[in-house]
Amino acid sequence: MSNASHHDTAHDHDDGAPHATLRGYLTGFVLSVVLTAIPFWLVMGKVFSSSALTATVLLAFAVVQIVVHMICFLHMDAKSEGGWNLLALIFTLVLVVITLAGSIWVMYHLNVNMMPAMSGMPSMP
Amino acid sequence: MSDLALPVVSPNGERTAPFLAKADHHPENGTLLGFWLYLMSDCLVFACLFATYGVLGRSYAGGAGGAQLFELPLVALNTSLLLLSSITYGFAMLEMQRRRVGATLLWLAITGLFGLGFLGVELYEFAHLIAEGNGPERSAFLSSFFALVGTHGLHVTFGIIWLVTLMAQVGRHGLITENRRRLACLSMFWHFLDVVWIGVFTFVYLMGVLP
Amino acid sequence: MSLSELVFGRLSWDALPLHVPIVLATFVVVAVLGVALLGAITYFRLWGTLWRDWFTSIDHKKIGIMYMVLGIVMLLRGFADALMMRLQQAMAFGDNAGYLPPEHYDQIFTAHGVIMIFFVAMPLVTGLMNYLVPLQIGARDVAFPFLNNFSFWMTTFGAILVMASLFIGEFAKTGWLAYPPLSGIEYSPDVGVDYYIWALQIAGVGTLLSGVNLIATIVKMRAPGMNLMKMPVFTWTALCTNVLIVAAFPVLTAVLALLSLDRYAGTHFFTNDAGGNPMMYINLIWIWGHPEVYILILPLFGAFSEIVPTFTGKRLFGYTSMVYATVCITILSYLVWLHHFFTMGSGASVNSFFGITTMIISIPTGAKIFNWLFTMYRGRIRFEVPMLWTLGFMSTFVIGGMTGVMLAVPPADFVLHNSLFLIAHFHNVIIGGVVFGLFAAINYWAPKALGFRLDPFWGKCSFWFWLTGFVLAFAPLYVLGFMGVTRRLSHFDDPSLQVWFVMALIGALLILCGIVCMLVQFYVSWRKRDELRDISGDPWNGRTLEWSTSSPPPDYNFAFTPRVHDTDAWHDMKRRGYERPTTGFTDIHMPKNTGAGFIIAALCALCGFALIWHMWLVAGVSFAAMLVAVIVHTFNYNRDFHIPAADVVRTEDARTQALAAAHV
Repeated sequence: MSNASHHDTAHDHDDGAPHATLRGYLTGFVLSVVLTAIPFWLVMGKVFSSSALTATVLLAFAVVQIVVHMICFLHMDAKSEGGWNLLALIFTLVLVVITLAGSIWVMYHLNVNMMPAMSGMPSMP
Repeated sequence: MSDLALPVVSPNGERTAPFLAKADHHPENGTLLGFWLYLMSDCLVFACLFATYGVLGRSYAGGAGGAQLFELPLVALNTSLLLLSSITYGFAMLEMQRRRVGATLLWLAITGLFGLGFLGVELYEFAHLIAEGNGPERSAFLSSFFALVGTHGLHVTFGIIWLVTLMAQVGRHGLITENRRRLACLSMFWHFLDVVWIGVFTFVYLMGVLP
Repeated sequence: MSLSELVFGRLSWDALPLHVPIVLATFVVVAVLGVALLGAITYFRLWGTLWRDWFTSIDHKKIGIMYMVLGIVMLLRGFADALMMRLQQAMAFGDNAGYLPPEHYDQIFTAHGVIMIFFVAMPLVTGLMNYLVPLQIGARDVAFPFLNNFSFWMTTFGAILVMASLFIGEFAKTGWLAYPPLSGIEYSPDVGVDYYIWALQIAGVGTLLSGVNLIATIVKMRAPGMNLMKMPVFTWTALCTNVLIVAAFPVLTAVLALLSLDRYAGTHFFTNDAGGNPMMYINLIWIWGHPEVYILILPLFGAFSEIVPTFTGKRLFGYTSMVYATVCITILSYLVWLHHFFTMGSGASVNSFFGITTMIISIPTGAKIFNWLFTMYRGRIRFEVPMLWTLGFMSTFVIGGMTGVMLAVPPADFVLHNSLFLIAHFHNVIIGGVVFGLFAAINYWAPKALGFRLDPFWGKCSFWFWLTGFVLAFAPLYVLGFMGVTRRLSHFDDPSLQVWFVMALIGALLILCGIVCMLVQFYVSWRKRDELRDISGDPWNGRTLEWSTSSPPPDYNFAFTPRVHDTDAWHDMKRRGYERPTTGFTDIHMPKNTGAGFIIAALCALCGFALIWHMWLVAGVSFAAMLVAVIVHTFNYNRDFHIPAADVVRTEDARTQALAAAHV
């Protein structure tokens, strides 16, 4: 239910919504630009010869930039909504990791064991 | 049966008052939390699409792969437009905090324009791929590419529709509590889409062109 | 594309099942009953009341009751499917092909599964949580009352789509999870799988929003003093269930969307060619599917945790461990999904990991059983109908759980996978756990919701028919499964198996008696409602806050929000001599009813129907209309009103008088 009428006076608080600042947004923006530019440069400039190394570095930059977005743009902290926001986020992230890692792990094994043999190995009797 | 022994009329005295909250108790508003929970569920939808891309993303079916098809400068442009739209939405929120309706609407409009720019570039990219025979039905890689990037684009589209609707509502009713709450929700949505895009440009585009 | 193709797609008069006698007969019966029902509503001029007081209601209590009605109606359809299957399997041996051709039989077992899980169990469980959670936490409604109404209609319209498939077109023949490639466009080009997809997508949105709603309600709207470890156990299980809903249903949405892209847009997610991988569907659908079964059972574990203490007269043993067990089950349910496809070939290391996690997840459930037993130990047990169902649950569910641990061992599962042993196992846990739990809960909370208890005699009849029927229907299936008989077969060659199937049919007929007894119970209770009236609001000497209200509660639930000091808040209040307030009532702020939920959901369903039949113009227009309806609804800022204090006074005074009269 909404409590529309009584809180709508001229005071400045945002009904529990986090308080944004110009500095927060600008910091986030600048960091994001840097954290985006470097990965693009790494790939377009073919800086590392190893794909695996490049991929790892790219993923690391992505993780850091996501954290920057969470803190600077989404105002994520342990206090918003009594800690429930952060709890929900952590739970979701755990599930995302399980879904991604679990699927790739399972599907890799299924593919190796069950997909048509490309290398000429005999199939199971 | 119940072991209550009730007198006909009971005063609101010491056998009553400790068990009642004060008369004008109203619960906290749950909209921001509820919307955040919805966003977490949306996160899991994207997780499935990322997982599907992770599994099927190298199944080219003898056709072209990311290295041949992705134009990274275009992706860089897209990414910049979306990131700029995030910061302009941030400016809109700052103006909202200062209760300045006109300035809020201005920054929202600019955000919308950046969003439209993002969509335009993406539609151009899709049209180009489809015209060259690299549409979603060509291979599992392309199916998962179009599904993931397309779903993100659909979310941006709905975000823009919502943005325009909210602009009309702010224009009509001003920055009342309800509208500020809605703007906060759209803010979460918009930034969340940028977070997903970080995953997309990293996992799909940048990693997709690596040999 | 001509205009008629654009409007009607592939819908034509051929879609009517005029050539299938059984369906035609069913249609005639349903049509007659349907006309009679609609006629009766019209004759008694009930449309106004139905629309104003029920369909547009945002009251969680009314919505909860409507969910229960939906679930029970769909139970009759789902059980009819079960009877048809039992009959076919009892007669189709050797030269006897039975009365159901395979393509019909396949639709029946698919519909049976889909309906029982999505349109019986889910609505009943959702209805229970919807009704009880606000009352148990001392709130006046859920966090998002309009969304609640919308969620109900989305579920209902999903059910309507499934029912429509019986008479217009056909249903899927793929089994309840619709694995590709069979469910892909190449092998199922007909509308059946499309009905499946859109019914589930629409109902799924409703369920997901319900999940968000109830989590926000429990987090934000608890009465002052009710911190998390003072919540009733049912509310704890409701919280965990809704966390599972929000975390699992997006996966279902995504997978079905990918399947529909394969069917509509020619993509290659799950095809056999162009790089597609059907195994990915099975992987993703079970990432949803396993949490789903915990979504079904956890609320009933919560219900048992309320029922056992009440009918034993003791507080629940091990509240803290119950809470931790529930949370553990919630998290672990995401780590077991592969046990549904051990035989698909992922190899020893993967299979071992998931086999071990599956065995671990049985432990918290075991802890719960022990806690209930310890609660009962040295208590004074009252064998009311809810307690009978609970005892029935404990004995049957434990066996089902044990067969589950057997199946968790991958080498054993290689023999038992997709055999009738598996069917027996999951029916064992679902009927023993979910169904018995729902009947226990219905009998327990009916007085609160309806204002009168349910007739105990017919309730006990129903219970004994169900218990014996269940054993006779499913024990033979365990035997047959051990012998190697595969699931989903409509015909058998080995006549020595027939005796077991006949036994199973008799069991099913006993369950039918159980269902009939339950319907009789409802009717008799209605007729004898004055005799069975619950005046005090607390007929069982309950322990949680819902029992502090009248039966049924007033629209606003509590004239004053309660303040909580201990677990089992109502028991605590009674123990300390609580006296109900009779003065000082104020205006109460409530949300308004609205038809917007019904309208938006109806447009969604129309869009779904149009997509099924490739009626592209209708699909486009209805989608746009739905969007417009949503936007128009958001322009409505006038959603609340106040119940005047005078009305509250009147309601509360009436209760004061009724309570006094009952004791005079």
